[in-house]
Amino acid sequence: MSAERTNHRLGFWKGMFYLLVAIGLVLTVVRYTKGLGAVTNLSDRYPWGLWKAFNVLVGVGLGGAGFTLMGLSYIFNARRFRPIVRPAVVMAFLAYTSAAVALMIDIGRSWAIWHPIVMWNPHSVLFEVAWCLMLYTGVLALEGSGMLFERLGWHRAAHIQHTATVPIVIAGVLLSTLHQSSLGSLFLIAPGKLHPIWYTSMLPLLFFISAICVGLAMLIIMSRLSAHAFGRQFDVPLLGDLSRILVAMLGVYGLARIWDLTLRGQLGTAFGWGYESAMFQLEFGLGVVVPFAVLVWPKLRANWHLLYGGAMFAVFGFVMNRMNVAITGFEGAQGGRYVPSWEEVFMTLMVVALVFGGFGLAVKHLPVFPDVGVGKAPAVARAQVGSHRFSAPELN
Amino acid sequence: MKPKAILFDMINCGGCSRCVKACMELHGFKGDPEQVKDLSATAYTCLVPEKEDYTVRNLCRHCVSPACASVCPVGALVKTEEGPVVWDGDRCLGCRYCMVACPFSIPRYEWDSTVPCVRKCDMCIDRIREGKKPACAEACPHDATVFGDRDEILAEARRRIRKSPKEYYDHIYGETEIGGTSVMFLAPFPVESLGFKKILGTDPLPALTANVLKKIPTVLVCGGAALLAIWWITKRRDEVALAESNPRWKGMNR
Repeated sequence: MSAERTNHRLGFWKGMFYLLVAIGLVLTVVRYTKGLGAVTNLSDRYPWGLWKAFNVLVGVGLGGAGFTLMGLSYIFNARRFRPIVRPAVVMAFLAYTSAAVALMIDIGRSWAIWHPIVMWNPHSVLFEVAWCLMLYTGVLALEGSGMLFERLGWHRAAHIQHTATVPIVIAGVLLSTLHQSSLGSLFLIAPGKLHPIWYTSMLPLLFFISAICVGLAMLIIMSRLSAHAFGRQFDVPLLGDLSRILVAMLGVYGLARIWDLTLRGQLGTAFGWGYESAMFQLEFGLGVVVPFAVLVWPKLRANWHLLYGGAMFAVFGFVMNRMNVAITGFEGAQGGRYVPSWEEVFMTLMVVALVFGGFGLAVKHLPVFPDVGVGKAPAVARAQVGSHRFSAPELN
Repeated sequence: MKPKAILFDMINCGGCSRCVKACMELHGFKGDPEQVKDLSATAYTCLVPEKEDYTVRNLCRHCVSPACASVCPVGALVKTEEGPVVWDGDRCLGCRYCMVACPFSIPRYEWDSTVPCVRKCDMCIDRIREGKKPACAEACPHDATVFGDRDEILAEARRRIRKSPKEYYDHIYGETEIGGTSVMFLAPFPVESLGFKKILGTDPLPALTANVLKKIPTVLVCGGAALLAIWWITKRRDEVALAESNPRWKGMNR
């Protein structure tokens, strides 16, 4: 790839970034001066829309890459994953902060967002989720602080952070288990409203398993993107491991869904005709069956494009699932349809752009990819990578 | 004070809209009461046409175990000892989970306000505390909306069914559904509208999430122990492998 082409591409994405952020900021001003009704299609029938379903449910789910990888590499001691621990932590941190930003815009009284800290209702799932999100974002910051200390040359602090890694990781995995599943529990309160294809007492468990699936899929995608962006080669054994675990988890998830539908006698509805059934089939067929059917064959998943494609399908299925639970599943009981307004879509895109921008900044200023890191020319890094593939020095 | 309740008797209601008018006047809402078709941020009650020219009122049911109050992360919605479920703007952060959770889809939001409130009937709690009836019950000329202690209201409902068993369908809507409500309904036939569907059952909705929340301490303790155990085992395995690969150790083993 020529340097000129790379620059052109970078220029395009930079332009996109500024454009999306500019539009988003204008809309944010409108939202805060005219109210939610002026920019959203939210209504009394659909009080939760794109921002809750995509920015919060999907965003936090994609951030699941963080705890999945931390658990694998520090609790299960799979050292092979260590080179992507840092980018995963950065990505998870950005996913969670972006969810918080979106939530702040979404709630009617943004200035009261801190209320759950002092005003408690332990009977509320959302109260528990709020606390887990706050604590876990703190844990992610701790997990990532090693990079900052290293960059600043605070060796003592870096050493302390390193020593505390295992307890921090355990806290992170526990908090994630709780809130990833609790995002599903949120909907347990609405048995009369959520369509029976999605309403099940297993929602918390299904949300948890699917968060692990999407976490793994995001790690595969992220490895490819970072390889692409930083001229690295793919670490084939690492991706092989990731794809094997992803296939196993997708299998568990698919079986759990089918088993649950069968137990509740909803299998016929799920695979029948109708709007909800079609949305389910799209979610399950493209998002679970297709990636499983492709990646289950070792020969196929050894192919880069298929592995990447399979991971993309798994992410698509995850996004569909969260949208279906939060929006499609309510349309039957509530009547009518909810379609987000263009303003909602653009403000969502602004938040997504900020995540990418944040990741770019982190890579530029922190040792996220140590051998591309600060102060080393990419060419040198590429040469290093070429000589001993993806051999980042032992991290943390 | 004993918990209060409202009984709405469809057979007695002639659809005069005086309850709607009284409610709107009390809250200072403008508009024609007879034109109110649905609940809104400026209409806490409305009349809904039912079959055979009957009319039925829609308003907050003031559930005995309200889902809205149980889901509110900051406790902005509270079931008062007097019976009404009320909203506190000083706590609310505007997440609108109450609107998702309400099985009757009652709460309304001020979508065009920069300081939006959750709006719904509060059973005129201030009037109740002064010893008065809610505005709608006071305005009703036909004993279709009656107010009193919940147990007395239930007794009155049973009395009405017993007195004219041919006119009434033998069921008090809200007596037991989802743990009971503080606004109950009598009808001449089974009513499908109003959200009193069979699917709701008689168990209070908050139990659905309470059962999950109860498991958190177990998850934390067992999960924490399991993670520690796995970490120790994998670490130990690595140490053993490392030691065994050391030639000096190999010699000792022989």
